[in-house]
Amino acid sequence: MPAGFIENLYVFVLAGFVGFEVIRRVSPLLHTPLMALTNALDAIVVIAAIIIAGRQGTALSAILGSIAVAAAFSNMVGGFLITDRMLRMFKASGRKGQ
Amino acid sequence: MTAHYLTDFSYIIAIALFILSLRWLSSPATARRGVLAGEIGAALAVATTFFNPELVQFKWIIVALAAGAMIGIPLGLVHMTAVPQRTAMSHALGALAAALIGISEYYMRIPHISKFEMTEIALEVIIGSLSFTGSLIAAGKLQEILPQRPIVYRGQNYVSLSVLGAAVALALALIVNPMHAYLFPAMVVISLIFGILLVTPIGGADMPTVISLLNSYVGFTAALLGFVLNTKVLVVAGALDGASGFILSVIMCRAMNRSFTNVMFGAFGQLQVSAAGAQEERTVHSATAEEAAAILAAANRVMVVPGYGMAVAQAQHKVRELYDLLSKRGVDVKFAIHPVAGRMPGHMNVLLAEADVPYDRLLDLDEANPEFPQVDVALVIGANDVTNPAARTDQSSPIYGMPVLDVEKARTVMVIKRSMSPGFAGIDNPLYYLDNTLMLFGDAKNVVANIVRELSPDGGHVSTL
Repeated sequence: MPAGFIENLYVFVLAGFVGFEVIRRVSPLLHTPLMALTNALDAIVVIAAIIIAGRQGTALSAILGSIAVAAAFSNMVGGFLITDRMLRMFKASGRKGQ
Repeated sequence: MTAHYLTDFSYIIAIALFILSLRWLSSPATARRGVLAGEIGAALAVATTFFNPELVQFKWIIVALAAGAMIGIPLGLVHMTAVPQRTAMSHALGALAAALIGISEYYMRIPHISKFEMTEIALEVIIGSLSFTGSLIAAGKLQEILPQRPIVYRGQNYVSLSVLGAAVALALALIVNPMHAYLFPAMVVISLIFGILLVTPIGGADMPTVISLLNSYVGFTAALLGFVLNTKVLVVAGALDGASGFILSVIMCRAMNRSFTNVMFGAFGQLQVSAAGAQEERTVHSATAEEAAAILAAANRVMVVPGYGMAVAQAQHKVRELYDLLSKRGVDVKFAIHPVAGRMPGHMNVLLAEADVPYDRLLDLDEANPEFPQVDVALVIGANDVTNPAARTDQSSPIYGMPVLDVEKARTVMVIKRSMSPGFAGIDNPLYYLDNTLMLFGDAKNVVANIVRELSPDGGHVSTL
């Protein structure tokens, strides 16, 4: 068992509980933006893709890494963009129009 | 060494910002700040990664980032009605990225790969691959490129589970001897096929659950990738995304009265068994837009119940006009939104917010149900199963036990519907035959437009009353 595994498991379990507590409080009103935002945050895998694409390696890993960079980064850009567009539309009574 | 610490510190800041980002999403008032926090965290993490000493070339990274932005910006600018399919596409892209990184790690590490590492990589690649094709199928169904009705055949679960079993068997063979590199592509292909088999049987009405479930799969894939690469920021981001998808799946399951295992194994087809039992002629009361307008104008409290039919007909802007006209007359108008109304969690809220309906007028299931007995008119627009009283009363109904909106407790129920044909689930709705129910047949947008015309001060008949 690699040394980092247990450490990562601690982090995973704690992050899971934090996520559960934080996300439980998100209003059902905002469940669509929530999904868009978590997708954008999940796109942080782009940092792993960047290393795969740019490190000394085979042509295969450079190609796979580059595709992964494009896929993840499109999620990051698109996810934040659409979340903000959606949230801008949510207005309370008495504050209509822009 | 210093560079290493700097990377770690920036990743820790990014993680903190991600958690704050989700925390601020708890209320619409702070939610946009949350997006900003997420953006800063992500930008910081990406920027620091460029200083990683392992990197030897940047050309393809820049090209790929540019390509990603070129795909991402249009995906961020889609119309609000297309948000469900966009979300499914985004799950697919996330799963693709995670699966490709896992595949690339395998080929980088062989022949020096331990059984433990092989287990992590195999699990990550299997879940990533099946989430990729599963999400593509979901997106195809939502975009209506693929048929929305469930595609079922005999012994389907056995076939699907055997395919999954084959992928797991190949993974086990690879764990026993990671040198059998020729098995690896086979494992990937079989996992891709399993993703297709998993989502194909699922009908349009079950999409909110499927999207949430795929969301959690993609999140857990990213977390697994964090284990493979020993990168904690991925473990955290993946755990947050996975937890979010998991919570939404549980909420959707509860809203449809399904067990979690039922959904996990993709046995969605079962609900669609046609309940075309008693087909005796029963009378329905239909009304014209003119009559509907008169009843609405005389009401004190109106509860609008929107469903997927409103989204399909793009009726949300006409509904807002109706809301404005009635509010101006002093009618108290609210909206009751069932968790599974529409094609993804929160779908109706976004469409109504887009049409400028204030969010404090939107009630969820628990808030809306106690109000129905005091409501004069419940106006059901393109919603069916979520208003079916049989879910409370008829034990033989396939949706018995599902929490529904108690619209029939309103003094008058008005249902806008294209025809008497049953909804997606193929279940007859006794609501339509009640004495206090009036049916308004037609396209949701046209019917609401006609009511709006009748209520408008400049024309129509009601205003002259």
